[in-house]
Amino acid sequence: MKTILYIIQKEFKQIFRNKGMLPIIFVMPILQLVILSNAATFEVKNIKFGYIDNDNTSTSRALIEKFTASTYFNVLSDFNSEVEASSAMLKGDIDVVLDIPQNFNHNLQKEKYNNLGITINAIDGAAAGVENVYVTQIIKRFNKDLKVDLLQVSDQQIQTVTIESIPLFWFNKTLNYKTYMVPGILVLLVTMITLFLSGMNIVREKEIGTLEQINVTPIKKSQFIIGKLFPFWIIGLGLLTIGLTLARLIFNVPMLGSLGLMYLYTSIYILVILGIGLFISNFTDTQQQAMFISWFFVVIFILMSGLFTPIESMPYWAQKVTEFNPVKHFVEVMRMIMLKGSNLNDIGPQLLKTALYAFIMNGLAVWSYKKTN
Amino acid sequence: MSIIVSNISKSFKKVKALQNISFDVNEGELFGLIGPDGAGKTTLFRVLTTLLIANEGAATVAGFDVLTEYKKIRDNVGYMPGKFSLYQDLTIEENLDFFATIFGTTIEENYDLIKDIYVQIAPFKDRRAGELSGGMKQKLALCCALIHKPKVLFLDEPTTGVDPVSRKEFWDMLKRLQQKGITILVSTPYMDEAALCDRIALIQDGKILEIDTPEAIVKHYPKQIYNVRANNMYQLINSLNDYKYNHSVYPFGEFVHYSDSRIDFNPEELKTYLESKKLLNIEIEKTQATIEDTFMELAK
Repeated sequence: MKTILYIIQKEFKQIFRNKGMLPIIFVMPILQLVILSNAATFEVKNIKFGYIDNDNTSTSRALIEKFTASTYFNVLSDFNSEVEASSAMLKGDIDVVLDIPQNFNHNLQKEKYNNLGITINAIDGAAAGVENVYVTQIIKRFNKDLKVDLLQVSDQQIQTVTIESIPLFWFNKTLNYKTYMVPGILVLLVTMITLFLSGMNIVREKEIGTLEQINVTPIKKSQFIIGKLFPFWIIGLGLLTIGLTLARLIFNVPMLGSLGLMYLYTSIYILVILGIGLFISNFTDTQQQAMFISWFFVVIFILMSGLFTPIESMPYWAQKVTEFNPVKHFVEVMRMIMLKGSNLNDIGPQLLKTALYAFIMNGLAVWSYKKTN
Repeated sequence: MSIIVSNISKSFKKVKALQNISFDVNEGELFGLIGPDGAGKTTLFRVLTTLLIANEGAATVAGFDVLTEYKKIRDNVGYMPGKFSLYQDLTIEENLDFFATIFGTTIEENYDLIKDIYVQIAPFKDRRAGELSGGMKQKLALCCALIHKPKVLFLDEPTTGVDPVSRKEFWDMLKRLQQKGITILVSTPYMDEAALCDRIALIQDGKILEIDTPEAIVKHYPKQIYNVRANNMYQLINSLNDYKYNHSVYPFGEFVHYSDSRIDFNPEELKTYLESKKLLNIEIEKTQATIEDTFMELAK
């Protein structure tokens, strides 16, 4: 026990003496949280909008007026021809082009039916999808208003039946992206920092040769490993604390669930990450190798965690793969506890999986750590 | 016997690092492993300090088998790797404290053993190990290897990269430790240090060439060695190499160590030959063979 305490003490001394590392541990995560949470949103604003009005009637102008009024669209120019519009799209000056055909008004009056041409720049598929929804919504609303105008008095007897859905967003009423992103980014920070630090730490001792000196001492494997990893467990929990405080103070993210439960889950989760870090360091010889392998896993973990892209939209096999992603479970738990106020029973499955994961990873790591070659 | 090595072999893929190495080290002996870089010295140390498992053969250290009783060996040996391997970001005192703690002891308990060495670095005890000079680093490393009062001390090239004064000091320290009953196995590529050991083993390409006391090893040299000197060293070596009766020609400081293949060698004859090569101020005199000469002879 005394030995473990001494190693822990030594590790902390080394961490705090490493002038290059300290800012990475504490400043970088805070910056990331502030920057990423503000930047990572799925809302598309200031869409560059252009139109070709071949009709030039009050109806077509009313439609364009709708777009001008919207805060999402920047109506930039009207084009005389399709060719002109295409070349502007090619140059990247415009994202969405609305093509109003000739006799738009006339056909609407007469046939109560018409087509509109919409061209969307889909280099960024996600943005194009969002833009399409916005455009459709605006046209739909315009269509509804128009109906009222066009219907004759006699027709008013026949009430048109329209079904309208009014969505109610639970747990995040205003669909605030920050509320949604901050818990996820917090997960990212805790994961990245603890994985990189623990992965590189033991390799570092290998690289500078101290591990060899340690290995000829009677110190036990378990003492050494616990002593080496415990400080990072503390740092991980420290990062969570800083992150939660910032989430509350800067982003006003609610904390509906129990803080204790959050810490319980996180403390087990960090064990998983430390186990992975140790496992990586057992199979690498330099910090550089350890860093690259850690990066590889972090990128996969994060992209498949449901943090940026919903897991529901992944193909079936990928959804199955995410089951083995500890980050996915943590993101879920974090959002559940913070936004939904879930209790121990609700996060039971995730807690169990994570604990099992921690057990397996650390078992593998300790087993593969050898004092003798 | 403090260390018994019998028929140890170790290969890394195709490289045979150690081939059938056998030797014994007596208790309280200062035993030197002398050989060039890549001879297998470090591999042998790693086998004996239980860091590496040999492919074949057996060895005991301080009476414990390296395979089955490795845990006891780790309690009883001190190892100083060739590369400085203490924590550069911890101070002298913290490093020493750290190793004392993981050996389950304290600095005070074994202070008398390291006192001689520690007082020399004590004025800098709050300085980080990374900021120490080469000589001081070695002293600190030695202190750390000694802090648990080991029975056997392994020193892998302890003086490589250390200045001549510190090297001499270091060997004086080893002599004093030996008097305290510690068995010391030391490796070095410097032949002059070999003479300071009780016994030495000459090792090359993973094989032991000879084991004996330094005095005896020198006597094994089969020829009379001559110091040859002239005004132009480079031309002298070339001329001697071209001389058809030469047995060995090695530069040695300001001289060239020369031995002749004939039994009835007359130095005057050589002098005439060298003069014919337009060399001036030629001196030729008898000298004692050194360990280096012996090594070169054996390694041929």
